[in-house]
Amino acid sequence: MKFSIQVNEGPYQHQSSDTAYQFTKAALEAGHEIFRVFFYHDGVNNGTRLTTPPQDDRNIVNRWSELAAEHELDLVVCVAAAQRRGIVDEGEMQRNGKDAENIAPGFRISGLGQLIEAGIQADRLVVFGD
Amino acid sequence: MSEIKKFLYVNRKAPYGTIYAWESLEVVLIGAAFDQDVTLAFVDDGVYQIVKGTDTAGIEMKNFSPTYTALGDYDIKKIYVEKESLEKRGLTVDDLLDLKWEDEDEDWAEKDSIHVVSSAELADIMDDADITLSF
Amino acid sequence: MLHTVNKSPFEKDSLAACLRMSKDGCAILLIEDAVYAATDGTAVSDQIKEAMKTKSVYALKPDVDARGMSGKVIDGIELIDYAGFVSLVADQNSTQSWL
Repeated sequence: MKFSIQVNEGPYQHQSSDTAYQFTKAALEAGHEIFRVFFYHDGVNNGTRLTTPPQDDRNIVNRWSELAAEHELDLVVCVAAAQRRGIVDEGEMQRNGKDAENIAPGFRISGLGQLIEAGIQADRLVVFGD
Repeated sequence: MSEIKKFLYVNRKAPYGTIYAWESLEVVLIGAAFDQDVTLAFVDDGVYQIVKGTDTAGIEMKNFSPTYTALGDYDIKKIYVEKESLEKRGLTVDDLLDLKWEDEDEDWAEKDSIHVVSSAELADIMDDADITLSF
Repeated sequence: MLHTVNKSPFEKDSLAACLRMSKDGCAILLIEDAVYAATDGTAVSDQIKEAMKTKSVYALKPDVDARGMSGKVIDGIELIDYAGFVSLVADQNSTQSWL
């Protein structure tokens, strides 16, 4: 079965990204396909590679990046939400004249249409948030 | 896949205190371009999103009330408000924005988009949706 | 249909809203802070027990365990892991998260 996942909260502040990650991992282990993981609201903060959690804690961002590399996941950060919160990739950096980008490996920035498409294309959409 | 799915947007949070209401509305506007079957539900504090008479000048935030009024132009005409949520908050339908859509089949007659329904009716609407986006 | 609730019933009214707007025969999964609603002897236990007469109530075991509530779960609430969560989503025709 094909799942899409929506993550509405950033890492650490809320458990939602953790739960979404565990759900996604379990779905892949059960042989399901993950069509897309869409990060919205503060969820876009899952997509910065500049986070540095303490050594003895889980690295939520890296964990998503690694899962994406392993399973070719499509991790999409909403562009409008990302612009508000300073999540920037190469293209956004140039378009908006910023002096840096910070997108984590495996994530890409795209429009809200990707969320609607995720709902249309997948058999199930599950929302994780606060 | 070109089938039309039933998209339900469930709004349960008040506006301005958090960004959920506004960013939810942004999804609704983008989603309107996809020709899906769209329904909006306002329950619990979500009913505060569509009250009239909002003035955000003092908090220097964009007032997005006019955007709800424009939903009819996006062909979004099924807006359900839970009766219990209104009553609990001392509100009636008269406190809400006058949201309309124009019926092409009836010489563009203006019709109400807002329908006040019971929890049980809303349960049916939720049960009927294919994709539920909650904010 | 599957409903998920992730808030403590003592902080937010998500659980009450879910119980009010869900139909008989549905599944309700308590995750994150909502697992406190799965415990017995609380101010909302009776509401959960009433709901269990017509709805299937589950709680996410890793969240129950993390919060030290494993010995307090109401009899009849099924504890599931993340794989069970995935199966519930797959088995039900749609999912609504009461955020």
